Parts: sequence; structure tokens; C-alpha cells
Amino acid sequence: MPLSAYLALAAAVFAIGLFGVLTRRNAVGILLGIELMLNAVNINLVAFGRFHADLGGMLFTLFTIAITVAEVAVGLAIVIVIFRVRRTVEADHLDLLHG
Amino acid sequence: MTPQAGSAALALVVVGLPFASFLLLALVRPLRRAAPAAAAVSVAAIAGALVAAVVAFTGAHPRAPLQSPSTTWSWIPADGGPMATVGVMVDELSLTMLVLVTLISFMVQVYSWAYLADEPRPSLGRYYTYQSLFAFSMLGLVLSPTFIQMFVFWELVGLCSYLLIGYWYDRPAAARAAVKAFWITKLGDLGFVAGIVMLWASAGTFDFVELFGLATTGGLAGDLSLIMFLVYLGAVGKSAQFPLHVWLPDAMEGPTPVSALIHAATMVTAGVFMVTRAFPLFQLVPDVLVLMAWVGAFTALLAASMACVENDIKRVLAYSTISQLGYMMAAAGAGEPSAGFAHLVAHGVFKALLFLGAGIVIHVFHTNDVFRMGGLRGHPWIWLPFLVATLALAGVWPLPGFFTKEAILAGVLEGHFRLPFLMLVVTAFLTAFYMFRVVFLAFFAHPHSGDHAHHAVPALMDWVCRLLAALTLVLGLRLAFGGHHAEGPAWLPALSLGLAGAGIALAWAMYQRGLVDPARVAGWFRPIDWLARRRYGLDGLFAALYRWVLLAFARLVGWVDRYLVDGVLNVLSAWTLRAGDRLRRLQTGLPQDYVYGVALGALVLFVLAQWRMR
Amino acid sequence: MIPFPALSIITWSPFVGAVLIMFLARHRPLAVRLIALVTTAVSTVLSVFIFVEYNQEAAGFQFYEKVPLVPPLGIAYEVAVDGMSLLMVLLTSIIIFAGVFASWTVATRSQEFYALLLALVTGVYGVFVSLDLFVFFLFYELAVLPMYLLIGIWGSSGEVRPRGIFAFAFRETGVGTKEYAAMKLTLYLLFGSAFILVGIFALYVGAGAGSFSFLELEAATFDPRLQLWVFLAFYVGFGILAGIWPLHTWSPDGHASAPTAVSMLHAGVLMKLGAYGVVRLGMGLLPDGAVELAWLVGGIACVNVVYGALSAMAQTDLKYVIAYSSVSHMGLVMLGAATLTEAGLNGSVFQMFAHGVMTGLFFALVGLVYEKAHSREIGRMGGFGRSMPGIATAFTVGGLSSLGLPATAGFVAEILTFMGAWRSAHPWWLVPAVAGTFLTAVYVLRVTKQIFWGPPSPHFDHLADARGPEWVALVLLTGVIVLFGLVPAIAIAPVDTATVPLLSRLVQP
Repeated sequence: MPLSAYLALAAAVFAIGLFGVLTRRNAVGILLGIELMLNAVNINLVAFGRFHADLGGMLFTLFTIAITVAEVAVGLAIVIVIFRVRRTVEADHLDLLHG
Repeated sequence: MTPQAGSAALALVVVGLPFASFLLLALVRPLRRAAPAAAAVSVAAIAGALVAAVVAFTGAHPRAPLQSPSTTWSWIPADGGPMATVGVMVDELSLTMLVLVTLISFMVQVYSWAYLADEPRPSLGRYYTYQSLFAFSMLGLVLSPTFIQMFVFWELVGLCSYLLIGYWYDRPAAARAAVKAFWITKLGDLGFVAGIVMLWASAGTFDFVELFGLATTGGLAGDLSLIMFLVYLGAVGKSAQFPLHVWLPDAMEGPTPVSALIHAATMVTAGVFMVTRAFPLFQLVPDVLVLMAWVGAFTALLAASMACVENDIKRVLAYSTISQLGYMMAAAGAGEPSAGFAHLVAHGVFKALLFLGAGIVIHVFHTNDVFRMGGLRGHPWIWLPFLVATLALAGVWPLPGFFTKEAILAGVLEGHFRLPFLMLVVTAFLTAFYMFRVVFLAFFAHPHSGDHAHHAVPALMDWVCRLLAALTLVLGLRLAFGGHHAEGPAWLPALSLGLAGAGIALAWAMYQRGLVDPARVAGWFRPIDWLARRRYGLDGLFAALYRWVLLAFARLVGWVDRYLVDGVLNVLSAWTLRAGDRLRRLQTGLPQDYVYGVALGALVLFVLAQWRMR
Repeated sequence: MIPFPALSIITWSPFVGAVLIMFLARHRPLAVRLIALVTTAVSTVLSVFIFVEYNQEAAGFQFYEKVPLVPPLGIAYEVAVDGMSLLMVLLTSIIIFAGVFASWTVATRSQEFYALLLALVTGVYGVFVSLDLFVFFLFYELAVLPMYLLIGIWGSSGEVRPRGIFAFAFRETGVGTKEYAAMKLTLYLLFGSAFILVGIFALYVGAGAGSFSFLELEAATFDPRLQLWVFLAFYVGFGILAGIWPLHTWSPDGHASAPTAVSMLHAGVLMKLGAYGVVRLGMGLLPDGAVELAWLVGGIACVNVVYGALSAMAQTDLKYVIAYSSVSHMGLVMLGAATLTEAGLNGSVFQMFAHGVMTGLFFALVGLVYEKAHSREIGRMGGFGRSMPGIATAFTVGGLSSLGLPATAGFVAEILTFMGAWRSAHPWWLVPAVAGTFLTAVYVLRVTKQIFWGPPSPHFDHLADARGPEWVALVLLTGVIVLFGLVPAIAIAPVDTATVPLLSRLVQP
């Protein structure tokens, strides 16, 4: 398979993730969208690594996975705390940052 | 030691003693607050200065003028030699002034001890501190070898005048008078300082000796008329010439001994002294001299007319001081500064005596109003010294006023100042009249009901007055029999004596005998009487200028600064705040909106990059 | 030469004091004051020492120290003083030493107050002694920034009624509050420092020597056009700090709101820092620009003198009167410098010193009066001379110096400025300068009379005179005013060694 196929897949996954982030009301859903976007990047990294015969791509993927895990943990923790305080995780209601 | 160095050292002693006394009193608080000690220090210092001054005077007087009378030290250094120097200038002029100033200061300080005996002790200490400072400043002024040093002390005597007029600072009238005196004289000083700065710029020096040298060789560049006019303005303020004379009558709010010393004998004559000192420069500018003569004569007449309608004994004396200062300036303007200076010295002695005598009557009656005094015929020791001084001021032979006034009149006539001469002659008549008006009302009139509580006069005050009266007599007799020669026409002595006699006679007829009704005489001169009683509106004019021009303009500027200059700035910041307020609405606080923004931004960047690369 | 780094000790001693205060003196107010006192005393004693030790025959920059910081960019910690900065260092140490005493009674958060104050002082010293323009700028910012906190936290609010066509803006910005004053001051000064930074970089690039050192930049010659623009940038940047019209309005609000020691330091020293910057960097590095723009500097200075004095006359708040008098006197400072003559420039530098001490004294006194009477309204006061004779005397001395009475430092400064003005290319400058002294006499004596003379005001009772530590400040400052007025040569002799070479580089058109 050519490289472009992998890149197309990654782009599709990224687009789906972005769509999820933008449209989901639920904070957990948004987090899932972010996960998809990150994995799209991972696909790109692995694909490039494979086609350029460069282990750096794989290495970075491992890094990303590790960081993603941490990010999810922190993100979910924040969501839980928000739920405790505000009794909701609906994104539309979380506008404390408004100017 | 050369004679010159010796007299310079003596002069330094004269000026240094009061300074030491001032430092001691100013810095050592317990000493200042213990009045007898403070007075003792001050009086001892001025007595020492008096002795030193007399020694210097008698030692130097007969000798020929010294080669270079001034001894100077650097004061403000600069790259090519000092920019300003200070020092002492010992010549006949300054030595005479030294004796006069130390003498009157000494007398007044002794007199004050009795006169102000009821004052709280700390206040009295303050009084003597100021007195020492004044003595130091005035002595420094007369010894000045440079214009800048003269200006320094010029301002310092002004400061002392301000402080001493405001000695009773919790009296609103005294506070107002002190500030007024400072402001009006400062107005003249602006001219003075600008003048000496301009003179420095063209001559490169402040030194009198060097300036006189340049004056004789014609080496002075620049607009000398303007420069000397500005310098003359300083004298106008200090020596109370029209139109800046308004501060002097108000200055009478100070204690009477202060009026005697500062506002009659010494400080107010500083302007005349300065003109005399700098006369070689004034000689080069005839325009200014003519102005000086006219203003002087006019001041003399104007002040005399106001003295005729004044009831406050001190104010009468103040107007007479202004009037006599007018004489002195007129003499200088007519080219006879030595006549003016002689009058200055004589006037210093007998005018101080007049004030101190007035102090005694004020002490006796507890009022300044001459119409509430009288009935002192039986106390010759009170009225005799005052009478001697009055006769001297009126110009009666053989008292000093007769000779010095005659010399001035002769000088003015010589200079072909017809109208000023006439004004001065009329003034001579008025002087005799208003002074004897005071004498008859205050001493010989019938005693007034209820005011009989005569207070005993402290011996100290009495003795000071007697001494000064004796001195006046001696001075007059020396002039009468000491080889005095009149330069003027032969009819002049007769004229001035006749005028004095006429004035005295009129006062006698009006106020002693009641032969002439004062109201009727006033009726003949109704407009002048009306104006003179309102001081020709000059005080009102200055007050209006201050209140309605200066303060109003200041308020306008303050308003402009606060509400326009600063307002523009506040508008800018208010607009900034408003813009921020609008823009912050963009921050909805919803994370998804931000992600939309990011996505949109990335898209725009992508399109832009594509477009640019094509 | 002395074997220890005197200038570094002077500069950093207050900073060390600030650090010590923050770490060692929590909740121990006396320890705070003692540390502040000792560290500023070290600076003061050393300042007097180097003032005496300075070799006037050799002139030039002395007590030289250099430590490279970023060699590739030519940045170094390079300090030295010449006759001019010598006097400014002395002024700073006198004012801060008196300031420590004058703010002895600060009660709230005195630890932070003193720490910030001392940090600020290090900045001021640093500006005066730095030869490296980059470090100069760092110190400059250090001197400006703590001001925001000092005014915002320890300041006092006044009252300004919104009026006139711009009334809406007054309401919206909160004019009169201390927060407003602090913000205004900080924004103005940062606005100015942006100009300064641009100017410094322009010189750095223009010289092409790869060094920020003043000495190397002085040796370089710059294109006249560049000089013109950079001088203008320096003039605006430093001029804001020096209170030039019409960019002066931060100063009355700032000084009126600031706590006593901060007003003393700010009006007394920081405004001088602006004038010093114009003279040292503007005239020192850009001779052509200075000559070209002298008319502007002098003209605006004339406006300052008269306008400031008139505004001071119109004020009813005592602190505003003093603050506007600073605007007026800074005009004289700038006027003296703009004359480009020896007399004028000496007068200008001397005026920086004289006005610094005098205004320091004034603000100390106003602080004392405010502390005792709890009012700044001149109209309500009266007859204070009876209950506070010491304060009245000190106020009179300060006032007399302000109106240029001989035997005070103010006179020497003014007469030299007058002399310079009449010899300059624009003799008419003499007129506003002289008029300014009269206007000063009017407002100073008017205020003195209203507050201290006359019958005692019924609004106040139990007023006390200054006491204890406060006396130290008053006596020190009045003593300095009179000493330098009687013997101006102490200051003028070293200053002259710096101004004459500076002027010799200026080519008169």
C-alpha cells in the first residue's frame, strides 16, 4: 500500500476526532474525540517511520501513547472533579472562562 | 599685616559676630528658649560688632582710598576661574554703613528687651535669633564686593523682614503683611536678579571693582539701559519707591523696634545704598537716572500726602520713611548720590529715634491712634527726644536733616529737574506739617478721657532714646560747625527753613490752637484728600491684580491641567477600557468555541500558505 | 584607588537588605527597620566616602568595576561614577536614609513595604552608576516597577470630582484613587521606557562596535539624522520620568497618592533620573541631536516652569501643591540643561540635587502633617506653627529653597540656570525662569501662611510636633539644603569636571 493510503486513514480519523470534539456536549465524549485525534497523529508517525525506515517515528509513537495515557487520566480526573462541583459535565454549561 | 588686610579682617569680625550669635541661637535650642541668655548673646555679639566697626571706621577714615578695597574668595567655582566670588569691600561707604547698622541694631536690640518684656520667653528667643540674622545679613550686604553677594544678602534681609513682620504670626494682619512685603519686594528683586545676570553675561563678572573698571574704559557690551533699569527695579522694591511702596505701611504690623531698625533705618535704605554703590554704572545710563529722579520725587510727594491723613502713628512714620527714601533716590537720580547717602545716614539715626519714641507712646497709651493720645506735656523726657528727631526730619537748623535735605535740593536743582525740585519742596513743607501734627496730637493735646492709665516707661527704653537724641544733636552740630559748605544757591537754606517753619506753624494752628479747622483745609483739597485716604487705590490695585488676575489665571491653568490635559489622557484610557469591554465578549468561555477558532485559524493559515506558494 | 568595590556595595547593599528583610524579619517590625537602616546607612556612608575620595584633578569616570555578563553581545556589568553621577548617588543615599526614618510609622505589611523600597533603591543606584546601557536599562526598570505595588498597596486616595467635557472618562477610570494613580504612573513610565529601549538598541546597532558600554558608544560618531531621532526618543522616554509638559500628569496623581517615603524617593530621585538620562545619554552620546533639539527641550521646560507653578497655586490639596512644584522645578532642571552652557548645565545638575533634597523634605513634612492632622486640605488648616514649630521651621526652609532664596541650595541652582539662560542661544528663556521664581514665592508663602500662620484652626486639636526618628529626617534634609546653599562649591567643583568635557563635545550651530 502506498503512503498516501495511511495518511488518508489518519486524516479521516483526525477529522472524526475533531468532529467529535466540536459537536459532543458531554465532556467525556470530547475527551474521546481528543484521543482519536492523537491516534491519527500516531498513525502518521508510524507510517512515516515505516516508509523512511526511521525508528524515530516508532519511538515518538510510544512517547505519545504514554503521554496520552497520562492525559486521559488527568482529563478524566478533572471531569470527575467538575462533576462533583457543578453536578454536570455538559460542555455548554461550563463557561467559567467567559470574559 | 597691611592696612587693607587689617580692615578686611576687622570687617569680617563685624559681620562674623552676629552670624556666630545667630548660629548659636538657631542650633542650641535650650539657649534660644531661655530668653535672657538669648538676648545677652545677641546683644553681646552686636556690641562687639559695633566696637569693631567703630575701630575700623576711625582707623581707616583719614587714610587715602585704598588701591583695591575688596578682598574676595571663590564661591561658585567654574572651569576658567570662579563664576562668582564673595568677600568684603572696605571703603568709606561700607564703613559708614557698618557703623550705622551696628549702632542702630545695638540700640534696637537693647530697647527690645524692655519693649518686649511681656512676650513668652521662647518667642523672645526667636526674636533675638532673627535680630542676629538680620544684623549679619545687613552687614554682609553693605560689605558686598560683588553684585551676587549683594543679592544674596539683599534677599536675606528681605527674609528677616518677612520673619520679623510676621513675628506675631498668629495675628492674621501680621501674617498678611509679612507675605505682602515679601511678594512686593520680590517683584522688584526679579528685575534685580535678571539685571545682574545680564550684566554678568556681558561683562563676565559680578565684581564691583572690575565692573567699574570696565565702565570707565567703556568695555561694557549689551543693552546697558535695560540692564540698569532692571537693577534699579530691585531698589524700587526694597526702598519702597512708587509703585512698589505699598508693602511698607503694612509692615508696621511687626513689633515697633523692628520697624525702627528694618523698616526705617537700615533695610529699606538698601536700595539707596545699592544705587550709591553701583553709581559708576548708573552714570552710564542717563535715562535711568532721570527716571530715578522723577520717581523719587513723586514718591516723596505721594507718601507725604498720605502721611497727612493717617491717624496711626506708626503708619505716619512709615509714609515719612517712604517720602525720605524718595528724597534719597531723587538725589541719586540727579547725579548726587553722596547727598542721598548722607541723608540716608542722618535719616537712619533720627528715624530710628522717631520709631523708638513712638514705641514709648504706644507703650504708654496702648494704642497707635494719635487722636487717642495726648497730655504728656509734663513728661519732657518722653517728648523731648521725639521732638529733636521731628525737628531733624522737618529740616530745622542745626539738626542733620536740614543739611542733608538742603544738599539734596541743591543737587536736584543743579541737575535741572524743575518739577521734581518743586515736588520735593512741597514735600518738605508737608513733612514739617504732618510730623508736627503727630507731635501736637500725641504729646501736647488735651488728655483723652479714660485713657489716663499711664504706664511707666522702662528706663532702658528712655535711655536708648536719649542717647539717640544726643547723637542726632552731635551729628547736626558737627555738620553745622564742621566745615559744611552749601553748594546750592543762597536762598535755598532760607527757603527750606521757611517751609519747615510754615509747616510747623500750620500744624500748630490746626491741632494745638484749633485756629484752623482741619476739615475745612481738607475741603480745599477734596479730591486729593479723598484719594490719599484711600491710598490712591494702589493697595486695592495690587490686591485686585493678585486675586482677580494671578489667582484667577492660576485656577484656570489648574482647571485646564486637571480637566483638559489630563482629561485627554483619561479619555484615551476610558476608550481603551471600553474597547476591552467589547472585545472580551469574544471569550464565550465554551472550550468548543475556542476549538472552532483554532480549527478555523488553521484552515485560514493552510489556505494562505497554499495561495502564497503558488 | 580604594581596594574594595565601593560602587557595587553601595548599589547592592539595599538589595541585600531587602532579601534579608523578606527572609529573616517576618512579623518583627523593629528588625525590619533596623535592617533597612543598617543597609541604607552602609550605602550612605560609602556615598559620602566616595564623594570625598573622588579625585577632581583626574576627573572622568572613577571607582571603575567591570564583570562581563554576555560577552558575545557585549553586555557587561560595568560601573563607575563621574562628577555628575557622584552627586546623584549622594542625593539618592541622603533621600533614602531620610526616607527610612520618615516611614518609620508604616504599620501595615511593613516587611514587604521596606523590601520593595530597598529593591527600588538598588535600581536607582544602579542607573546612576551603570556604564553599560543594557544593565542601565535593567536597573531603570527595577527602579520603576516596585512603584506600582508601593502606591497601589500603601498609597492613599484623594478625591477628584468629574467635571468638564471629559467627565465621563473621569468616572470610568476612577481618577483620584490610589489604584488609578499607580496604574497611570506605571503605564506612563513603561511607555517612556519603550522609547528608551529603542534608543539604546539604535545606538548599539548604529555604533556597530558590538558593545553596550557607554565609553565605547561615546567614542563612536553617529549619523546626525540618527542622532536627531534617538535624542528625541531619549527626550520623550526620560522626559516622561522628568515630568515634561504635557506628559507630566502622572506625577501629581502619583506623588499625591504615594506613601511618604515613596513620594520622597520618587519626586526626589526618580524624576532626577529622567533628567539625568537626558543629560547623560541624550547630550553625552548625541551631541548633534542635543544641539539641534535644544530649542524644543528649553521651550517645553519654560512651559513647565510657569505652568507647573500656576497649577500648584490652584491646588487645594497640600500634596498636590508639592507635586506640581516638582513639575515646575523639573522645568528649571531641563531648562538649565537645554542652555548648553557651563553655568546652565551646572545649575541643572545642582538643581537636580537641590530640588531632590528639598522635595524630599517637603514630602516628609506633608507626611508628618497628614499623619497628625489626618487631612491634606489646606483650607481647613491654620495656625499649626504654634503646635508644631519644628515642622513649621523645616517647611519654611524647604519653601525658601524652593523659591530660590539665597543661602539655600535652591538659589545657587536658580542663579546658575538664569546665567546660563541669558548666555544661551535663546536669551528670552530668562523671562519664564525668573517669573517662575516669583510664582513659586506666591504659592509657597501662601501655603505656609495658611497652614502654619494665623490663628489656630478649630478643626484640629492635640497636634504634636515631629518626634524621635522623624527629627532625623528633618534635620538631615534641612541641614543639607543650607550647607549646599552656603558652600555650593562642594557639589559644583566635581560636577564641573563632568559637565565641561560634555559641553566641549557639543558643537554650537
